[in-house]
Amino acid sequence: MNFVFDRLLGGKNGAIGLAVLAALILIVLPLALDLFRLNLVGKYLTYAFAAVSLVLLWGYGGILSLGQGVFFGLGGYCMAMFLKLEASDPEATKIQSTPGIPDFMDWNQLTQLPWFWEPFESFGFTLLAVILVPSIFAFIIGYSMFKRRVGGVYFAIITQIIALILTVLIVGQQGYTGGINGITDLKTLNGWDIRDDSSKYILYFINAFLLFGVILLCRFILTSKFGRLLLAMRDKEDRVRFSGYDVSNFKIFIFCISAMISAIGGAMFTLQVGFMSPSFVGIVPSIEMVIFAAVGGRMSLIGVVYGTLVVNFGKTMFSETFPELWLYLMGALFIAVVMYFPNGLAGLWEKYGDKIVVPIKNMKIISSIKLMIESKRLAKAKASNE
Amino acid sequence: MSNTDFTLAIEDLTVSFDGFKAVDSLNLYLDKDELRVVIGPNGAGKTTVLDLICGKTKSTSGSIKFKNKELTKLAEHEIVHAGVGRKFQTPSIYENLSVYDNLEVSFPRGRSVFGSLAFKCDEEVDSRIREVAKDIFLEEFLEMESALLSHGQKQWLEIGMLLIQEPELLMLDEPVAGMSVKERELTAELLNRICMGRSVLVIEHDMEFVEKIAHKVTVLHQGKILAEGDMQTVQNDPNVIEVYLGH
Repeated sequence: MNFVFDRLLGGKNGAIGLAVLAALILIVLPLALDLFRLNLVGKYLTYAFAAVSLVLLWGYGGILSLGQGVFFGLGGYCMAMFLKLEASDPEATKIQSTPGIPDFMDWNQLTQLPWFWEPFESFGFTLLAVILVPSIFAFIIGYSMFKRRVGGVYFAIITQIIALILTVLIVGQQGYTGGINGITDLKTLNGWDIRDDSSKYILYFINAFLLFGVILLCRFILTSKFGRLLLAMRDKEDRVRFSGYDVSNFKIFIFCISAMISAIGGAMFTLQVGFMSPSFVGIVPSIEMVIFAAVGGRMSLIGVVYGTLVVNFGKTMFSETFPELWLYLMGALFIAVVMYFPNGLAGLWEKYGDKIVVPIKNMKIISSIKLMIESKRLAKAKASNE
Repeated sequence: MSNTDFTLAIEDLTVSFDGFKAVDSLNLYLDKDELRVVIGPNGAGKTTVLDLICGKTKSTSGSIKFKNKELTKLAEHEIVHAGVGRKFQTPSIYENLSVYDNLEVSFPRGRSVFGSLAFKCDEEVDSRIREVAKDIFLEEFLEMESALLSHGQKQWLEIGMLLIQEPELLMLDEPVAGMSVKERELTAELLNRICMGRSVLVIEHDMEFVEKIAHKVTVLHQGKILAEGDMQTVQNDPNVIEVYLGH
């Protein structure tokens, strides 16, 4: 009980924060928004996975990755490959010169399914791949960099370049990947139509529950000794090393976990939006994810979810009215956050939250309710005494 | 190299940076229960010797044997596991953690990735933390954020972070730098207490302090040993007077 309350929920304040977020995502938004808007929120929440992963990696670990889009994309592509194969049965693709393979392969004169597509016929394999492919990829990158003690700015630049390389690779290998258009026209998941209204609701809630699961997982990691070691490494890496820890192993592990978390978001993105393309892999989305985390507060698992929602709503609103201005605004927002409120929304809440909470607590109606409860309790105690 | 009875046996140790020999065929032996102070002018190679022992710098040639185990081939964390602890010149503590957490993180259990995830701060850990905190005069500051400690207290905390690992060789780089007179006295007492059952290697400039703690003094000059012996002998050595104390 103590373990769950103190460590996973983060004590009283953490539990309240989580409950408020849960009420917003699971009750308020589904009731208040129409399905189109709710689906948009669902899409934003998949980015929140990447933002949460950056809390671990960047906020606590001090390792800035400008390539979380890579893992988001890999997760998304794994899921998209499965869905695409299911959508490309011989019946549906009988007008192609080679029926039974995805349409873009046919357009690129492929006559056979490439070997690495074949395992994605299996749903079980796909689920494993969503988790494992990005983690293994992160392990390879992490191992080769952290064991050589590459860090800081160099790490950020290299991850950014990896994002660029992967985009170029996906765009260039059209026949295998669907190229710049990505993998589109996804229809069913094991025969279940993912495009109709009820499945959109179901996917939204699955996504929300996964997000909360991931937040709890992160809480578990951050409240363990591992979490304190992350902070210690960020602060004084040498002291940790000369206290008997193999620092690189810790960095590799946290990088793999953050890759896995982003990938889950990517897979949920594919399911909810119905396609995956290189525009969610490259440099721009990767940096956007960092901005979500910065705006929300990179030390707060809950804050970054709000950050992601706020920035994305802003993006949708502004880009509907002033599409050219948005990128500049986003840049300005990032600079403003870094310069004036480095702990983001979570930091502002910590600083000014009391000013909002205390008046509410002191409102007449609340205090009269409190009084009522208190007097009832007293009466009960009296009764039991007698 | 042959095996010896010494806790630490450094033989023919050399490190050269682009031809400059910061440490030049150094021989140094340290006994159990011994507190050795290394002194020497700036650039004599004192800190480099500590760097070499703890693996921060790799030697060019020579051997460092700790309990007859060759250290020069080991990674930094393996050297720590072998029982070597090192305090840095500027206090290296985790400023954004509490004093308690600083000590807990240094407790020698749960040192692997998964070990640290499963680590529980149980009775044993807690009592050890309190014991060490008492040793380093910080028992009343356990809950304080360590950034708020005074400079001297930070030095103590770092020593405590090493003590909790119960190292058999403790290396301290200028432990009393920035300390008040009172703090220096307490530190001298602390060092005299903790050299029991282990070997301690201290680099220090403050001669008054050296006199209080040193069993034996080694004077380094240009990467070589200039003199070695008790404080009296070293202070009267004409070579030492010329290069160091005479200034």
